[in-house]
Amino acid sequence: MNKTAVIEVLVGLFVAVGVAALFILAFKVSNLRSVGDGEGYVLYARFDNVGGLKVMSPVRAGGVLVGRVVSIDYDQETYEAQVTMRIDAHYDRFPVDTTASIFTAGLLGEQYVSLEPGAEEDYLADGDEIQLTQSALILEQVVGKFFYGQMTQ
Amino acid sequence: MMSSLQRLGRMTLRFFARLGRGNLFMLRVLAGMPSVLPRFRLLVAQVYHVGFLSLPIIVVASLNVGMVLGLQMYNTLVDFDAESALGPVVALSLVRELGPVVAALLFAGRAGSALTAEIGLMKATEQLSGMEMMAVDPVRRIVAPRLLAGIFALPLLAILFSAVGIGGGYFVGVGLLGVDEGAFWSQMQDKVDWREDVLNGIIKSAVFGVVVTWIAVFEGYEAEPTAEGVSQATTRSVVFSSLAVLGLDFVLTAFMFGEP
Repeated sequence: MNKTAVIEVLVGLFVAVGVAALFILAFKVSNLRSVGDGEGYVLYARFDNVGGLKVMSPVRAGGVLVGRVVSIDYDQETYEAQVTMRIDAHYDRFPVDTTASIFTAGLLGEQYVSLEPGAEEDYLADGDEIQLTQSALILEQVVGKFFYGQMTQ
Repeated sequence: MMSSLQRLGRMTLRFFARLGRGNLFMLRVLAGMPSVLPRFRLLVAQVYHVGFLSLPIIVVASLNVGMVLGLQMYNTLVDFDAESALGPVVALSLVRELGPVVAALLFAGRAGSALTAEIGLMKATEQLSGMEMMAVDPVRRIVAPRLLAGIFALPLLAILFSAVGIGGGYFVGVGLLGVDEGAFWSQMQDKVDWREDVLNGIIKSAVFGVVVTWIAVFEGYEAEPTAEGVSQATTRSVVFSSLAVLGLDFVLTAFMFGEP
């Protein structure tokens, strides 16, 4: 290859790297992205209110990360939010009476789904729905209730 | 008293004369732009010089900026138990401000100074007048491809700066300090908007690309044709383009993100 060709190849490389970085900014950093699915099995849970829960939010059991939220939909039949979670394949022993709650990490932190195992002998399998759920605590509602209680006293 | 007033007046007049020459020069270059496209090779060679050769400094600087940002923000955020906000903080700082601005400052030092010195030296060694003698317009042949290459290269470098910097922040935040990986990316995607943040950052860096390269080629073209003149022109090029980038950044930020 002569010198011009080498320069052209290097400029091509430069442009390709720049465009690749643009794709990273578009799909990894900003919200121009759809979530791909990884390994593991899927569980569903219905909540009255998911609060600030997001796709990709963590699912924890005993504080340990066991999975992620893959989608959040609104079910128009039951007027509830349906959360789809993908649980890591080797955490496959959650009893069928497991409770799913939405908690906040710290006062200002992100929200996550917490799984508290029940006592049943049967375990949840791929595609099962968690029956016992507890919605997110909405700070404004709590504060509002508190003030309303004070005023009616 | 009179002499100091006179000096002030002379400086003002000189400043505006220079500004006017700069604008006229830009018009000439713009008029010469169409003739660059048929000579694509010239443009490629300049993109190599101002773009590809700037890659090492951009990558090293952005990695460090991202890592420092991750470390500092973590130390502050962890007090509020909000270290999961590290992702959006690092990404927004880089995409909106640091990426375009620091890339432009480095570009002014790495590529702008070289452009000024090259063109200034061409003038000092009478290569430019030699070209004119051969009926080759130096503005079309020398200046226009360089300006176009700068305008093209800087946005790419700024995008790369942001992406690599976020990688550095990810490495420190998630890899070393143990921030949750999903929270890092999910909160980032939630807070960073493609059009509002990323595209505005790219527009910023395109504006900086025009300004930095414009100042660089103008200073080179206007340089005193002596060794000292070229050195002064190179200094002025870096100083003026850095100041212009910082000043314009405030104006652009106020326009883009000032109103909710």
